Amino acid sequence: MSEVLRQGVNQESAHTEGHHNGNGLSFWEKWHRGESFFSKYVFSMDHKVIAKQFLLTGMFWGVMGGLLSLVFRLQLAYPDTPIPFFEVILGKWGEGGILDPNFYNSLITIHGTVLVFFVLTGGLSGTFANLLVPLQIGARDMASPFLNMLSYWTFFLASVIMFVSIFLPWGPAASGWTAYPPLSALKELPNMGIGMDLWLVSIVLFIISALFGGLNYVTTILNMRTKGMTMARLPLPVWGMFIASVLGLLSFPVLLAAGVLLLADRHLGTSFYLSEIFFNGQALPNYGGSPILYQHLFWFLGHPEVYIIIIPAMGLVSEVLAVNSRKPIFGYTAMVISMASIMFLSFLVWAHHMFVSGMNPFLGSMFMYMTLAIAIPSAVKVFNWLFTIWRGNLRLTPAMVFALGFVATFIIGGLGGIFLGNAVNDILLHDTYFVVGHFHVVMGVSALLAMFAAIYHWFPKMFGRMMNRTLGYIHFLFTIIPALLVFVPMHHMGMAGVPRRYYSFQSFDYLAQWQDINLFITTMAIIGFSGQLIFFYNFFYSIFRGKKPSSNNPWKATTLEWTTEEMAPGHGNWKGQVPTVYRWAYEYSPPYLKDTDYVPQHIPPEQIKKEPVKVSEPVE
Amino acid sequence: MNATAVDKWSSGSSPFNVTWGKLMMWLFLVSDAFTFGALLISYASIRAAADSWPNPEEVFSAFPFTHAKIPLGFVSLMTFILIASSVTMVLAVRAGALKDRHGVVKYLGLTIIGGLLFLSSQAWEWAHLIMEGMTISSNPWGPPQFGQFFFLITGFHGSHVLSGVILNTIVLIKALNGDFDRKGSYQMVENVGLYWHFVDLVWVFVFLAYYLISA
Repeated sequence: MSEVLRQGVNQESAHTEGHHNGNGLSFWEKWHRGESFFSKYVFSMDHKVIAKQFLLTGMFWGVMGGLLSLVFRLQLAYPDTPIPFFEVILGKWGEGGILDPNFYNSLITIHGTVLVFFVLTGGLSGTFANLLVPLQIGARDMASPFLNMLSYWTFFLASVIMFVSIFLPWGPAASGWTAYPPLSALKELPNMGIGMDLWLVSIVLFIISALFGGLNYVTTILNMRTKGMTMARLPLPVWGMFIASVLGLLSFPVLLAAGVLLLADRHLGTSFYLSEIFFNGQALPNYGGSPILYQHLFWFLGHPEVYIIIIPAMGLVSEVLAVNSRKPIFGYTAMVISMASIMFLSFLVWAHHMFVSGMNPFLGSMFMYMTLAIAIPSAVKVFNWLFTIWRGNLRLTPAMVFALGFVATFIIGGLGGIFLGNAVNDILLHDTYFVVGHFHVVMGVSALLAMFAAIYHWFPKMFGRMMNRTLGYIHFLFTIIPALLVFVPMHHMGMAGVPRRYYSFQSFDYLAQWQDINLFITTMAIIGFSGQLIFFYNFFYSIFRGKKPSSNNPWKATTLEWTTEEMAPGHGNWKGQVPTVYRWAYEYSPPYLKDTDYVPQHIPPEQIKKEPVKVSEPVE
Repeated sequence: MNATAVDKWSSGSSPFNVTWGKLMMWLFLVSDAFTFGALLISYASIRAAADSWPNPEEVFSAFPFTHAKIPLGFVSLMTFILIASSVTMVLAVRAGALKDRHGVVKYLGLTIIGGLLFLSSQAWEWAHLIMEGMTISSNPWGPPQFGQFFFLITGFHGSHVLSGVILNTIVLIKALNGDFDRKGSYQMVENVGLYWHFVDLVWVFVFLAYYLISA
């Protein structure tokens, strides 16, 4: 059967029951079918199971990352007050209720790393690329189910190593998620010992996982589309995953090189990034290296990384908006071209993170123009979303309200990016809370809202049951309102010059006025985090007790994933033949339709009940 | 675009008319090229900023079993061996296309020998340089970055050659077992062939950047 799965196109009925007697099969074939507990749920090669594994791991890291942020938010809210609770949960890092300043750095490092890489990259695209790519293009599985399984388990290993590093007595990495040398290269510094090494190993494993995943997604989309599924008919989530995967394949290897050089600096006595450093009053032997080199290598990935996060989110949201507006997506081709141009431009903007690194201002202006140019395709997308819902037949399902929330936060956060992309402004705003507020809104909150939209929308496809609607709306309100109340004030703080990554603002008179705001932000962060408990309850309750959907196509969507015989299909997806595609994915409310307002992709043209198109008479 | 080009992309078949394995290998190579690109660009930027840089013709002038100074002699031999192994790989792929198991085994075997020869030459070169005092953290001829990048980049390339030798050996064993005859396709030979040529191509860039370009 593995060969059948791999051919991917026009498979005949080799998959049907009855052939499944299991005799005379090789070990691989048996594994592939997933008949034992381990091969079905643990080391599974079924893309849908792997998607769920990515989702659960991502959710785990979401909770971890959120909890870490609550600890440092409490510190910022009560900088001078001992919080005895800290000693209970942090041990020696919170002795006497005072948070250790080095551990504060570790908290923000791990918070940033796991949310960027493990939640919004692994959790978001890992989940939905795995779930949707084969189902929406009409394939039985990925091109290489085995590599797909390896992709998850490398991610899992990276997760375990990162998790272990948090509990080390020497402290987890404390260099920020960007891990700039010299700080990250000097293992003698507090909290920069083995924790930093494990951090680097974990990131290297994550890159390998992203490589395996990306190779699979791109190959699958190019090679295994079902009959009739041209590239121009692909649903936008698939386009999003495709473009983000290409982006990842081209940018992650550069971070790999940066990480290898950093590991060498730490352990092999090299000085790639180190030059003329005084440490404890003594000059280190290193000379000739350049810490700026690391920044270039890091941001060559680091900037595309934010698009690796947001482009799949854009694709998912486009789908949810079109389905729930009962209208075709506005400007399908423009959507694809704008995603592709964002991808292209994202390779040419990395140094806008380095305007204050002493670079030549003329070089800086080139990066500034490229950065501001990204506003054009981003605006194309925003207007297309707005025109998609414009005068649509909106169905405000939980997925839809989250998708609308995505559009809103993407606009709000994107406008902050115009300030930061401008070199002159950036010199003032660099390393302030404005930056923190900006990226949290534009890629943190909005990508998270898109992820929630996708979970609510495709939950029935994953688990065969629906999530509770009322709880979904409450969850939405408890997410977006606290999120904005957390991050919008940060923009104001940044404008006033509050620097990011500070342990406490008590020593600076001009920052004391922000103490109340910090307390307010922390309160909102706690409310927002508690709001997620509603989601977790809803998620796990609905897996077992959720309402069964009334039909196999609960949202009345056109795409192929809703054509499977079972709501949550087994390995191979379709019991019979893979459906053939006759049209694009957005045939909603065409004027010629009778009785219904959408035509699924797999319905042959002759089966459509048409009515003569009425030509409205001009009014005299 | 003419009609056939449109048809190719219209689905139901692979647009490039290749198997998923070959497509995936190509994508991996593009990705891997960015890793090497990042390393070579880092090398270039550090070298450009350095006050001085050793003359590679002086550093790399030793040859085994002789005390004569032959500038770049040994590394040219290594390069020749690697390129020759690419030629035998081409012949192995061709034999695979003709479903000639004998040819595949013969030429793949020669390729593996070429790879092993290259790796042992590299081991000799490393050992020689380390004896002369150049290590990953020091360099008697000037800035330490020379040694650092040398061992890192050639080491990274060497690990690619090693994985290539391992992959070739796996394919060789499969060919000997008759796996490809049963399957009716020697596609896998072509896939590892792509990888092998890539590793050779990278070496040409390493050779150019490290050995040939002198101050």
